[in-house]
Amino acid sequence: MSESLDYFRQNRLPHIWCPGCGHGTVTGALTRTLAKLGIDKNNVVVVSGIGCSSRASGYLDFDTIHTAHGRAIAFATGIKLSRPDMKVIVMTGDGDCTAIGGNHFIHAARRNIDITTIVMNNSNYGMTSGQYSPMTPTGMLGTTAPYGNVERPFDLGKLAIACGATYVGRSTSYHVQLLGELLEKALLNKGFSVVEAVVGCPTYFGRKNKLGGAVDMFTWQKDHAVNVKAAAVMAPEKLEGKFLIGELYNQAAPEFTAQYDALIESVRRKFDNFQGGVRGCAQNSD
Amino acid sequence: MPEAKLMQGNEACTLGALAAGLNFFAGYPITPSTEIAELCSEELPKIGGKFIQMEDEIGSIAAIIGASLTGRKAMTATSGPGFSLMQELIGYSAISEVPIVIINVQRVGPSTGMPTSLAQGDVMQARWGTHGDHPVVVLAPGNVRECFDLTIKAFNIAEDLRVPVIVLSDETIGHMREKVVLPDYKSIKVVNRKAPATPAGYLPYKADQDGGVPLMAPFGAGYRWHVTGLSHDETGFPTNKGEVAGDLIKRLMRKVEKAEPVIRDYATESADDCDVLVVAFGSSAMSATSAVRQARAQGVKAGLFRPKTIWPFPEEPLRELAAKAKRIIVPEMNLGQLVLEIERVVAGKAPVERLSKVNCELFRPEEILKAIIGGSK
Amino acid sequence: MSEQKRSFSHVIRERYCKGCSVCVAFCPKQVLVLKNGKVFAERPEQCIGCRLCEMRCPDYAIEIVETGLDKPVEKDAACVDYSVPPEANHA
Repeated sequence: MSESLDYFRQNRLPHIWCPGCGHGTVTGALTRTLAKLGIDKNNVVVVSGIGCSSRASGYLDFDTIHTAHGRAIAFATGIKLSRPDMKVIVMTGDGDCTAIGGNHFIHAARRNIDITTIVMNNSNYGMTSGQYSPMTPTGMLGTTAPYGNVERPFDLGKLAIACGATYVGRSTSYHVQLLGELLEKALLNKGFSVVEAVVGCPTYFGRKNKLGGAVDMFTWQKDHAVNVKAAAVMAPEKLEGKFLIGELYNQAAPEFTAQYDALIESVRRKFDNFQGGVRGCAQNSD
Repeated sequence: MPEAKLMQGNEACTLGALAAGLNFFAGYPITPSTEIAELCSEELPKIGGKFIQMEDEIGSIAAIIGASLTGRKAMTATSGPGFSLMQELIGYSAISEVPIVIINVQRVGPSTGMPTSLAQGDVMQARWGTHGDHPVVVLAPGNVRECFDLTIKAFNIAEDLRVPVIVLSDETIGHMREKVVLPDYKSIKVVNRKAPATPAGYLPYKADQDGGVPLMAPFGAGYRWHVTGLSHDETGFPTNKGEVAGDLIKRLMRKVEKAEPVIRDYATESADDCDVLVVAFGSSAMSATSAVRQARAQGVKAGLFRPKTIWPFPEEPLRELAAKAKRIIVPEMNLGQLVLEIERVVAGKAPVERLSKVNCELFRPEEILKAIIGGSK
Repeated sequence: MSEQKRSFSHVIRERYCKGCSVCVAFCPKQVLVLKNGKVFAERPEQCIGCRLCEMRCPDYAIEIVETGLDKPVEKDAACVDYSVPPEANHA
């Protein structure tokens, strides 16, 4: 058992992700960040949805739950509200989070509940072998977009910010150090944090779109990502066909579970002698 | 002696839940169950419990499964359209064996139907709404006091068997008010899930094959275990071995089968020696009770069998009563759902007459009385 | 006083490596190669310990261990001395 893999369920490795799939890189970045922050393994819950990305929960040595497609954030909301003291992390994919899971994503952001959501964006549904997703760039191919995707993809960063997320960042599996820095700040942010990780899917999206193998997809990320700080001083036409990485938004706001706990305190003060005639439940909880 | 109170069915459900230890509610407004959510939002903060109104019913059931995983007693309440949205995760609760309680206050369906009107059309959905073989327990209150009692029973069964339990109420039972005398709270038996003693060697889904219920560790207690909706083995991790997946399903189903005699719950009225046995549940049973009494007053030997646990269906007691009855009448506010189960159980021993009503108005006792007397002259 | 050159060894977990060669392609010092489908530290002496291979590896199949230190590096998570019995230490 290697110490560097301490946050992994090492008996479950090697994992099932394809050679060169960025999901492995993102999951490794998360474990390194948690190690750097010295977070106690017993105080973390990882919640995942369905899809390649969401197999991550099975490999991590925490309390983990592999939920239903699109529902990770809703499960995580129930867990976080029940145990605000725990570090709750959602690991999801572009399809899982922004297609079927979109409604829970925007509401969790609106509530600003302290959940760190890592969206592993490989621009397609890998598990079901390559359909396009709400984050597949227009014109690109998918097994359900054989003539090219006619839809316009989400800009997840803008979507998260518009809905109320208080920490939003984007990086790639190539820019793994930046990814670690964003994850660190996201994990420390007391509110809904979103880190999008653009990753390559050589097996399906890469092959379908003739983008080459794993190395080519990592290289594509290197050549097409521009740090938001650099972009600020670049001429707009230079940003053509590029996407922004780095910290996109970082502004604190009241956190949902803290607000609810404060509400409980004020209600209980008002009703502090409340043992409630008919409602003197013997089972008063925590 | 606790004093009598005028109480609404939905309110009694909430009080029952609180008495059973409810400390987490997630829900979404939907007629005719919204009062449950409203009362939970008011009562839970007083006891340090948590309430959240989620963005939809799928989010609501997802949140209560998450909450239950941390060791809380969690509930949601809904009606037809929301109940339909919850089906996938009822299956998730069943396969992951995370206990939850769902109050489904039935209304006229399908689809939007008539939100403020009575129907009992979700009987089969309550049993088979979600895909795949799965265990579920469904309890049907027949009056306001039973909303209190059966919600407590729902939590106790859920905790004991680690299954999703549905309290199948309806618009009439849920909205009507009755004089109710609640039991002394100290007399209420509350069951909690059995937890393992130590994380060492913990196998979250290890149970004896014959319908055993595994010990359940809460999240956040150092067990670091894995929960999934994928078919899994005793370690909780996914399996693709057909035999192992099959054994899991058989064990899950067997949990409820094995517990049937214990969770069986029904009421009868002058049913021991009767020519005409009326079988009814929920609000239909209120009218049927009156009809049976009127028939008896006119010298007709009528009796009532009222299942409260409708899934698993109480076959044995019905079979006994059916053997003695000449005719069986099944009044239902749908076009025939629980009656299919009754026909299966009675198996021809006595003719079963369906009395279906779907005009959104509860049976009047005389409608059932006519059926009782009509046939037996 | 020329700064004493740091040296590193490469812990390779062959069972994990899927031969995607991301590490090989992006190693700034071309230390790594693929040998019968698995990563191999061909020129370990050129390694500068940047750990990009370790961080980018999707399969946790390579890990850098600083060697030639008189005292072990104190516990700083950023460059933790993962003293690990190497499955296949190529240096």
